[in-house]
Amino acid sequence: MCLPLKRKLQNITGNLWAGAAIAGLLVIWQLATDLKLVEGYMLPSPVSVVKAFIAEFPLLMENTAVTLGEAFLGLLFGVALGFVMAVLMDRFERVYQAFYPLMVLTQTIPAVAIAPLLVLWFGYEMAPKVILIVITTFFPIAVGLLDGFRSADRDAVNLLRSMGAGRFQIFCYIKFPGALGRFFSGLRISASYAVVGAVISEWLGGFSGLGVYMTRVKKAYSFDKMFAVIFLISAISLVLMWGVDLLQKRCMPWERGEKNDRK
Amino acid sequence: MAELKVEAVSKSFDGEKIIENISIELHDHELVSLLGISGGGKTTLFNVIAGLSIPDSGAVYLNGEEITGKPGQVSYMLQKDLLLPYRTIEDNVALPLLIKGGKKRQAREQVKPYFAEFGLEGTEKKYPHQLSGGMRQRAALLRTYLFSKDVALLDEPFSALDTLTKGAMHDWYLEVMEQIRMSTLFITHDIDEAILLSDRIYLLGGRPGRITDEIVIRKPKPRRKDFNLTEEFLAYKREILEKLEQ
Repeated sequence: MCLPLKRKLQNITGNLWAGAAIAGLLVIWQLATDLKLVEGYMLPSPVSVVKAFIAEFPLLMENTAVTLGEAFLGLLFGVALGFVMAVLMDRFERVYQAFYPLMVLTQTIPAVAIAPLLVLWFGYEMAPKVILIVITTFFPIAVGLLDGFRSADRDAVNLLRSMGAGRFQIFCYIKFPGALGRFFSGLRISASYAVVGAVISEWLGGFSGLGVYMTRVKKAYSFDKMFAVIFLISAISLVLMWGVDLLQKRCMPWERGEKNDRK
Repeated sequence: MAELKVEAVSKSFDGEKIIENISIELHDHELVSLLGISGGGKTTLFNVIAGLSIPDSGAVYLNGEEITGKPGQVSYMLQKDLLLPYRTIEDNVALPLLIKGGKKRQAREQVKPYFAEFGLEGTEKKYPHQLSGGMRQRAALLRTYLFSKDVALLDEPFSALDTLTKGAMHDWYLEVMEQIRMSTLFITHDIDEAILLSDRIYLLGGRPGRITDEIVIRKPKPRRKDFNLTEEFLAYKREILEKLEQ
């Protein structure tokens, strides 16, 4: 009873320190702009960023919906592709040998470099954006799951075989649940990649979305709006990662107690 | 019920012979131990009996039917409890029923009555990491039992436990076996454990492993836990130690 409470307190005090550091930085930033150490048009003050955020709120939300839509769709296909790749590579050694290096290669291509090409090939609508997000998000999923599948306990697999379990049952009962932890680690990375991927692909061609909004306000030298959208993007990424954590807790209820026991 | 027969089984790995010409029998309701040093081929023999690996020569019969290389006939339990960390105890225990094609809800109902019998009441909804090592082995044994009530192969099931827990497990095990009377082939390298639990003991020795001797423990069951402090027990122990040294 006492221990979890103490840990919670420690968490809160830890958060307090982080909060204090951020608040301190904001105060310094505000002072620097108020005292005209930096010109207002070069660096807007935090207060004017907040004002810009409020003034632009409806427009920001409209664009957020577009960006999030692309991110989710891309992530969905990315997860699906990663899952299929991992299962095939785990099942067939040849597929692993043939495609693993190729998969690694796709990750060495910078997203900014192929985004314009994708726009040329697939137009200014959703398609090129979703494709870019799929390319950047499937990899952490595929690698995480494959690692999980491959590290399945041989004895546990043998035990199930001795019970007469087939390949599919061994997958359902041992390999897949055993890989869930790694899957969620991958998903956390992929979720933040998805948002960044969507914004980058919008920079390089599109009609709406936070990336398009960003290029527009940059051209207008509205640095306050620029900062507002930057903060919004990192907030979205944080919320998504937090969502993945929640999902993980929901899907892996056995983990909750385990961590407490270990400490 | 069941009778298991292993006939002249030999098996090599990478050209090295691990076990040679092993023939053993397990009768109905019997508990028979295979006693020998670690790495003497006991586990290899078990894998053959469980149908997980195919012997170079020889055959395995269950109730007169050949089951060589056919998994899913006899149940199997290892030193590691191998309870799946992401399943509750009841779902772990119900696993063999699910693999045989049972529905989850039915399987849970089916396993419920056994929890009391195995001294596992109240653990149904817990996860393995919330249980002690001894309780986990109990759950693993229940899972083994639920897979096949005919013949169980236990590969050093208690050897990872500390001495005190192990003693308590032996008492519990003898008690449970009085009720369920499962025919059991038991691997161990612990002489005391073998004498305490077995009706018969096969000594496995040499390289490649062969059956060198067979000892019948004529102490009737149920055995009291202080059996291992008696002269009779020591006489068996002396006999086994002498035979192992030959």
